[in-house]
Amino acid sequence: MTEPLLDIRDLHVTYRTLGGSVPAVRGVSLSIQPGESVGVAGESGCGKSTVASTILRLQPRTAKVEGEVHVLGKDVVRMRWGRLRVLRWAEASMIFQGALHSLNPVQRIGDQIAEPMRLHDATVGKVAAARRVGELLEQVGLSAARARSYPHQLSGGQKQRVMIAMALACNPSLVVADEPTTALDVMVQAQVLDVMTGLVRELGIGLLLISHDLSVLSSTCDRVAVMYAGRVVESANAGRIFDDPQHPYSAALAAAFPRVGDPKSRYSPAGLAGDPPDPQRLPTGCTFHPRCHWAIEDCSRIDPRLEPAGTDRTDRMVACIRAGETVGEAT
Amino acid sequence: MTAAAEVGVEPLPDVPQQRARSSRRSTGLWFLVRKLFGAATSLLFMLVVNFFLFRVIPSDPVRTLARGRATTPKQVAALTKTLGLDQPLPVQFLTYLKNTATGQFGVSFQYRQSVGSLLIDRLWPTLALVGTSTILSILIGLWMGTLAAWYRGQMFDTISTTGTIVLYSMPEWWLGLILFFLFAVGFGPIPGVFPIGGLIDPGVNGSSVHGVLNMAWHLTLPVVTLTIAYLAEYALIMRSALLDEMGEDYLVTARAKGLRDVLVRRRHATRNALLPVVTLVALNLGFIVSGAITIETVFSIPGLGLLTTDALKIPDYPVLQGAFLVFSASVIVANLIAQLLYGWLDPRVRL
Ligand SMILES: Nc1ncnc2c1ncn2[C@@H]1O[C@H](COP(=O)(O)OP(=O)(O)O)[C@@H](O)[C@H]1O
Ligand SMILES: [Mg+2]
Repeated sequence: MTEPLLDIRDLHVTYRTLGGSVPAVRGVSLSIQPGESVGVAGESGCGKSTVASTILRLQPRTAKVEGEVHVLGKDVVRMRWGRLRVLRWAEASMIFQGALHSLNPVQRIGDQIAEPMRLHDATVGKVAAARRVGELLEQVGLSAARARSYPHQLSGGQKQRVMIAMALACNPSLVVADEPTTALDVMVQAQVLDVMTGLVRELGIGLLLISHDLSVLSSTCDRVAVMYAGRVVESANAGRIFDDPQHPYSAALAAAFPRVGDPKSRYSPAGLAGDPPDPQRLPTGCTFHPRCHWAIEDCSRIDPRLEPAGTDRTDRMVACIRAGETVGEAT
Repeated sequence: MTAAAEVGVEPLPDVPQQRARSSRRSTGLWFLVRKLFGAATSLLFMLVVNFFLFRVIPSDPVRTLARGRATTPKQVAALTKTLGLDQPLPVQFLTYLKNTATGQFGVSFQYRQSVGSLLIDRLWPTLALVGTSTILSILIGLWMGTLAAWYRGQMFDTISTTGTIVLYSMPEWWLGLILFFLFAVGFGPIPGVFPIGGLIDPGVNGSSVHGVLNMAWHLTLPVVTLTIAYLAEYALIMRSALLDEMGEDYLVTARAKGLRDVLVRRRHATRNALLPVVTLVALNLGFIVSGAITIETVFSIPGLGLLTTDALKIPDYPVLQGAFLVFSASVIVANLIAQLLYGWLDPRVRL
């Protein structure tokens, strides 16, 4: 097997706050092979962005990171700053959750896209960079003349296209997209997502796509990992996890978003009572058991490990003590 | 951005705004014209206010000028006539307008000299004092504020912020007097190093190299006073503006691109933080004029400030009007510069 683009091993991230420490990520392992698209699903607050932030080591100073995060075989957690800066954007780039505020308001977008190119390759001149900016803008469906615009002159969808163009600027092997379309309107979401996944596939770039929408992930990714309270509770082939979820939480997520592109489904009730747990006051045993329809007595005592399960055991990992039984159909 | 605009299918491929593109330059020009027009209007307004403002001061210049001399009513009448104060107010106003238009501002009651030439004589010491300290205080203040915010809570921040708050709460004349006694008069066994006042030592030729150095030496303490008095505020403003900016998402983008910390700060954070600062600094420039008046009095610098203080005692209307006009014009010009600077820094206001 070739070297994975991204290999996260037993990642723990704890935020130190005035109110005590917040264990946001508690032992996540995840890997992406070259050209592969991997989705991470889960409700808000389950630690998706925290995982993403460690890939380019962008987490705040208050975060304590343990474990290993290998990007193209190099562990960024223990990397020197100089090496890290060289790796950032050139080998892995990011499209952020705060879509509308991720561009500098007082700089022309062309300059912002060209910045990493010229930073990482001193041989790229102004003219060459400008030509490449034009190409990139056209690739994401904008006109090359847009390079002279400022962010405030663009719509939300256009800004996010600019972010995509920017993410591709240095021909990275991996793109991390953290809820790239959450801040956009429904119709625009689908277009922007299409542009992004289309380009990533065409250019053979690996993609880590984070979303709370399992249906979107199942239709755009090869594999999906579902996170709950700082852990991966199920990972499987993208189509299978949606059609045949083995963890009750995955099943609830799948039921929450019945059809791709159906705007109404976004606002339909999730069929899942209660809120995700506060990381500082996690339930005992399986952290999902207080909200689980299938919980039995053992669930509040036994903390289930992520293990192969289901009919497609080679491809599927589930953390549920009842994983062998048929949970998915009930929800 | 409205929901309606977004819900509709976005134009694909993107239609470049041809109109916006061709009018970009004229947008900048239109912005400039509007700002210049605004400044000119303010100046005209000041011109009118200026005249009436000093007429309402309840005092009699003729009596003050004649004080100590044996004056007959006839002499008073003659003096009143010479000064043009026997004319009705509208006529005085017309004379004032005419004098202003020619740049002469009339003749000083006190010095019997054209106010225009008087102002020019007194202008440049003030310009040297205020100009130098404005530039220094802005440069040093913004630099200190930037570092304090970027290294928030570290030693530089603690020292600089405590220091600037102390300085900020200190009136400039108080600071001026302290420096004056410490470094000009001398303190205990320590002899005074700097001259105790004036612009140049008597008998030194101001246009020689020696003369220029001599003046710089005389101006050092006043410049230091004003610089310290104002940099404190600029440092505090810049610190808070940059702190506001530091949580912004685009800085994470900049960091993710692989920029080193210094470049994230210089290329991205500082320019955005400067936006609120430019406005506040411009507003502040109005007060530096009053600072100049105080400091010129403390250090006896023969500039516009001292001229104004002396003229107020008479009151010498033409001189006061002239000086006031110069002060307000400089504030208006400073504001104009600030607005143009703002427009240059922030594309969003160039509409
Ligand atoms: N800078 C931070 N300081 C303290 N707690 C944080 C910080 N960032 C995130 N958290 C907490 O960590 C948990 C995971 O957050 P996050 O990774 O943003 O989740 P997601 O992206 O899945 O919504 C949440 O409980 C959140 O409150
Ligand atoms: Mg998030």
